[in-house]
Amino acid sequence: MTIETKEMMLRTEPFVLNFGPVHPSTHGVYRMRATLDGEVVLDIEPVFGYLHRGIEKLAEQRTFTGFIPLTDRLDYVSSMSNNLAYVMAVEKLAGIKVPERAEYIRVIMAELQRIANHLIANGSFLNDCGAYFTPFLYMFREREKIIDLFEMVSGQRLTYNYMRVGGVSQDIPDEFLPALAKFVKQMPGKVDEYDRLLKQNEILLARAKGVGIISKEQAVNCGISGPILRASGVKWDWRRADPYSIYDRFEFDIPTASDGDCYDRFRVRMEEMRQSLRIVEQAMKQIPAGPVRAEVPHIVRPPAGEAYVHIEAPKGELGFYLVSDDSIAAYRCHVRPTSLINLTALREMVRGWKIADLIIIFGSIDICLGEVDR
Amino acid sequence: MAIVDLVINTQHPLQAVPPDWPGGFWWHWLFFTVVLIVFVLVMVMAVIYIERRGMGRMQSRLGPNRTGPFGIFQPVADAVKVLLKENIVPTNADKLVHWLAPVVAFAPALLIFAVVPFQNGALLADLDIGILYVVAISSVSTLGIFMAGWGSSNKYSLLGAMRNVAAIVSYEIPLVLAVVGVVLIAGSLSMNQIVLAQGIPFILLQPLGFLIFFIAGCAEINRSPFDLMEADSELVAGFHTEYSGMKFAMFYLVEYAEAVAISAIITTLFLGGWRGPVLPPWLWFIVKVVIVFFVMVWTRTTLPRIRIDQLMAFAWKCLFPLAVINLLITALQVLTLSQDLIWVMIPVNIAIMAVLVLLWSKFFKLGWGRVEV
Amino acid sequence: MTVALSGGEVAGQLEEKFPGGILESDQNCLVVKGDSLLGIASFLKDTPELNFDYLNYITAVDYFEYFEVIYQLTSLEHNHSLVVKARCYDRDNPALPSVVGLWQGADFQEREIFDLMGISFDGHPNMKRIFLWEGFPGYPLRKDYL
Repeated sequence: MTIETKEMMLRTEPFVLNFGPVHPSTHGVYRMRATLDGEVVLDIEPVFGYLHRGIEKLAEQRTFTGFIPLTDRLDYVSSMSNNLAYVMAVEKLAGIKVPERAEYIRVIMAELQRIANHLIANGSFLNDCGAYFTPFLYMFREREKIIDLFEMVSGQRLTYNYMRVGGVSQDIPDEFLPALAKFVKQMPGKVDEYDRLLKQNEILLARAKGVGIISKEQAVNCGISGPILRASGVKWDWRRADPYSIYDRFEFDIPTASDGDCYDRFRVRMEEMRQSLRIVEQAMKQIPAGPVRAEVPHIVRPPAGEAYVHIEAPKGELGFYLVSDDSIAAYRCHVRPTSLINLTALREMVRGWKIADLIIIFGSIDICLGEVDR
Repeated sequence: MAIVDLVINTQHPLQAVPPDWPGGFWWHWLFFTVVLIVFVLVMVMAVIYIERRGMGRMQSRLGPNRTGPFGIFQPVADAVKVLLKENIVPTNADKLVHWLAPVVAFAPALLIFAVVPFQNGALLADLDIGILYVVAISSVSTLGIFMAGWGSSNKYSLLGAMRNVAAIVSYEIPLVLAVVGVVLIAGSLSMNQIVLAQGIPFILLQPLGFLIFFIAGCAEINRSPFDLMEADSELVAGFHTEYSGMKFAMFYLVEYAEAVAISAIITTLFLGGWRGPVLPPWLWFIVKVVIVFFVMVWTRTTLPRIRIDQLMAFAWKCLFPLAVINLLITALQVLTLSQDLIWVMIPVNIAIMAVLVLLWSKFFKLGWGRVEV
Repeated sequence: MTVALSGGEVAGQLEEKFPGGILESDQNCLVVKGDSLLGIASFLKDTPELNFDYLNYITAVDYFEYFEVIYQLTSLEHNHSLVVKARCYDRDNPALPSVVGLWQGADFQEREIFDLMGISFDGHPNMKRIFLWEGFPGYPLRKDYL
């Protein structure tokens, strides 16, 4: 007599859960409709547009200089980088050369902005993991110091509006460089402190290692750039591959990792902070005296043509495509949306994981809704 | 109490004081009922303050410091604020279940304190089955939480409630097994007797048991790193998303009352309850409860949270075998060692705990990975 | 330094394979016909010496007589880039083949062009508006909108 064992599978039905525009962890007004089977995510459908302000159309109705404050609000967490990309595009169109001192100031600001951005990115990532605000607040402590430095030069704490076509808007005050030296001296110790507390944390490793893997080929195919691409093993950084401004004069490494999971993205961002500090140190030593702005009229009138300039923004490749028809306003201004393109692979990264992992994977991509929706 | 009493000499145990305290049975009951309710409410306020201030300081910020000197009236301000809020009930909610849930969740937390001794013989009811009563009652609040999740007609709440039920049921077993080790050494289930038998505090005699009880206790009361039931960053607020006003205040109270209850039980079972040299016994009790709670705040501030399948795997594959091994070894020691050799258990158990914890952390993988869809 | 290939260099290789597909090829870019876009794109991606595996961006500009859709491609291996443009002369229902099958990054960007400019891409799995809601009248980025 044989006894048959039948596997009794519980019949379950998938249901749709809406991670609505207002949610503690979606980094802005981002909506996802997730199809779930219990805790397992089967599919997600992103819904964009809650922060769409029509910036590209507004560019056609403002002068080239008057558009700079609007670029601040694209990736509002790292405004200096947005400003930089835009004014470089206008300079390429108009053929303007930027004085040396302005170039050095721009590099210092861009690298400080990268550190500030990665502090928020990693802090929010750990917040999503559940470490109830402690790493977030520790990293915000350092971000406050960077914001104080930025306030010294531009008077603003979040949307700096500092770069201008042909240079920067005003020279750095006398107390800036000593304060910067003090910051650069104590920051590596802080990054080491974060590493000591977090790098080998058992729970972080259990949550983030092996989760949300994206392979090299898929990352390149999706057009993903920035720390995510480097965490998947592609050693590609626009500051090295296509040096803009004066980045070819500085020595720095490009951190990469091999697995492409959330933990690697976290580590890559930590290491990039160290490399940015190196660049800032070198720039501080080499900065010359001189004018900080080229002789450019306030209302710039580039000759007819088109130009595309991209920089290595903290979140990836940020580019501006400008078409001019010899008038005071742009004919067409297109922003290459780093965060929107980085979100292309979210669906494949998330399928089969649980809700908790969905939040973590989404947090590790580090998007900013201002850039996604524009 | 002489120092020597605490250290090695358990050959002269203290005598139990009969439970009929001054005045007769009904005065005793009235007195302790009032004392318990006041104690729970005041302790909950105190621990809310400790948690917010302690967490603030650990996160390199100040914490509440405006309401009253050093912010000590902050919990009062919180309570007043929450009581004045509008009580919103969702239209599709199951009204009776929605209303009853906070009550069912809170009552057990208060009932646990009936058997916790504040001084020798000073408890509401010196039941012979003290610790068994505690374990049984604390399971009832799970029902309240599940009722809250179901009655809210909200998918987020339901998910939170399901996770909660799964986790609590899993962690009951290591909890109870850790307690059984203590009971074997003390020789009685009554909480008063357990404290009286602690010439050497049981944390030294049962280090592994203490660890398991602490972890399982944190999981039972939804504290970090196991607070995925109300994971702020995922499910908005888990099972109490749809509650506001007084009912939310009840859930808030439940969370902290249970934290105080678990701290009180840990103090009674492992740290020697009210025993201590100079201060009055009930003061020692309160000090020890505050210390245990402070360790819970410490772990909450420091650690990220783990995922539901990792939580379950941790309970079944890690804590449960360890608890069973602990029980076997304790039973062996109780059978073979005589009363005056009991201090031998201390180094032996600490060594065994170190070895087991190391072994399990090497060979243990938390949770599944990706599921094929 | 990323070398920006000029249209002329690449045009030579493409002329034999896709006769008549190329409209202009000058210093900066390569202008191709809409129908041969997909074939040329897959040739650019698959040929080992060109190997354009990374799509920087897709965007569209409204010159009044025609819409111009611009693709920039980069090869990570050889570190060179190329700009490819395609033109649509139809104002009412402009359409182009979709390159989502070749570069998945084109997914959201093509939806954005459809949403804001009105150019639809054939072969796209989910050709819906992305930022504006269904039923929004008109296509805002066009020059004749407002």
